[in-house]
Amino acid sequence: MEILVAIALLGGLSLIFGLILAAASKVFYVKTDPRLEQLNDCLPCANCGGCGYAGCSSYAEAVLKGEAPIDRCASGGNESAQAMAAIMGVEAVEVTRKVALVRCSGEKIYNKDGNLIYGAKTKGTYEGIHDCLAASKVGGRGPLACKFGCLGYGSCVKACKYGAISIQNGVAVVDEDLCVGCMACAAACPRDLIVPVEPGRNVVIACNSLAKGAVTTRGCTVGCVGCGLCSKICPNGAITVTKNLATIDYSKCDNCGLCATVCPKKLIKDSTVEHLPDPGLVHSRNNPDAVVQ
Amino acid sequence: MQIVSIIIAALLSENYVLVKFLGICPFLGVSKRINAALGMGMAVTFVMALTSFVCYFVYQLLIMLNLAYMQTVAFILVIASVVQLVEMFLKKKIPGLYKALGVYLPLITTNCAVLAVVLTNAQKDYSLLFSILNGTASGLGFTLAIVLFSSLRERVDKATPPECFKGTPIALIAAGLLALAFMGFSGMRIG
Repeated sequence: MEILVAIALLGGLSLIFGLILAAASKVFYVKTDPRLEQLNDCLPCANCGGCGYAGCSSYAEAVLKGEAPIDRCASGGNESAQAMAAIMGVEAVEVTRKVALVRCSGEKIYNKDGNLIYGAKTKGTYEGIHDCLAASKVGGRGPLACKFGCLGYGSCVKACKYGAISIQNGVAVVDEDLCVGCMACAAACPRDLIVPVEPGRNVVIACNSLAKGAVTTRGCTVGCVGCGLCSKICPNGAITVTKNLATIDYSKCDNCGLCATVCPKKLIKDSTVEHLPDPGLVHSRNNPDAVVQ
Repeated sequence: MQIVSIIIAALLSENYVLVKFLGICPFLGVSKRINAALGMGMAVTFVMALTSFVCYFVYQLLIMLNLAYMQTVAFILVIASVVQLVEMFLKKKIPGLYKALGVYLPLITTNCAVLAVVLTNAQKDYSLLFSILNGTASGLGFTLAIVLFSSLRERVDKATPPECFKGTPIALIAAGLLALAFMGFSGMRIG
């Protein structure tokens, strides 16, 4: 008899709660646009934040409301934009792929005696939190002699959801094949070193030093001193020197590589030519800790 | 006096996470960022208070029918329904909070600390007011634990432990040390 009461009670409770929930689902019904799910399907769901929204679904919502343009997704690229354009019924825009570029060449290469023969010099020892922002906030702006260069503590590596950026010889290096151009790394970099560029460029000026030539040279063997030789030799006038720093306008550059041949600091790199010293002679330390301590 | 005693016990000396080791799943799962931890803590507090309220009446009904041994099953039913109801309500009325809580909200259904609170209420025969008080204070104790732990974890993330300790192992050690610290409250008894 008692078991029947128990069954009846639990069954009754379930029925009551079920009815309440059923009623509540009618009362609190929220109408959702079916297009929202379709838009979500167009996006890569990596939630990298490159579009400026918290994640893929919030970007999809913004697109649906007409608050955001359809070409913001760097990761999905052209494919995403076309698919979203089809759903929203708007004109598709051609989206060009961009990749991140770290504007620092200060890869630290040591010889067998432990002396720096190539790259950025250090001026002290840093043993604090293993993070670029923390390192850049200590007195003297961190252990690096150059106050514009890459600290190499890998804040950008942690920010990258695609494993496209790594620290090599104490400097962040982007793998162009893996990079989707979301620029999450740029937001994590306290020195604003990382910029979007079109992929597949041979000639790269990777330096961010705005200091005067003598100061830059004291801090790094491959810093841009702003001598202007590259801008003089460039047949297309693609290179300009402002504030002691050369920059390339890629819309004019035709990848001829002349600038790389005249650069006295060997800072302009032609990716078809090996730029690091002969690895047979040197001993390189991949770990930035080893460099700093 | 009993009010103070209930609050102290729920917050510190019998903290559900760090002393009774209940609700460890969200404690470890949602403690990577302080903001998320705070949201989770607040949601759990709300659900604990609300289920304490509803379960009081369900328990009275069970006692009346001489069915007190059914309490665990009945309480699980109540918790699941309340969480569902809260989710629907938030989705309609406060979509901002709904979005912030995200997947944590349905996760509370499986949080054993919520069940432990209502079972404690029944075991100790608390009145309606004390049940709600115990539910709220226990939720705040959960919030305290998860927020403290997430701030520890944010700091530990920036450190460089040996390779084999990186990630979850060092987090578990931190949780153990935090629990050890809370054991120090175990002597506190008021009233």
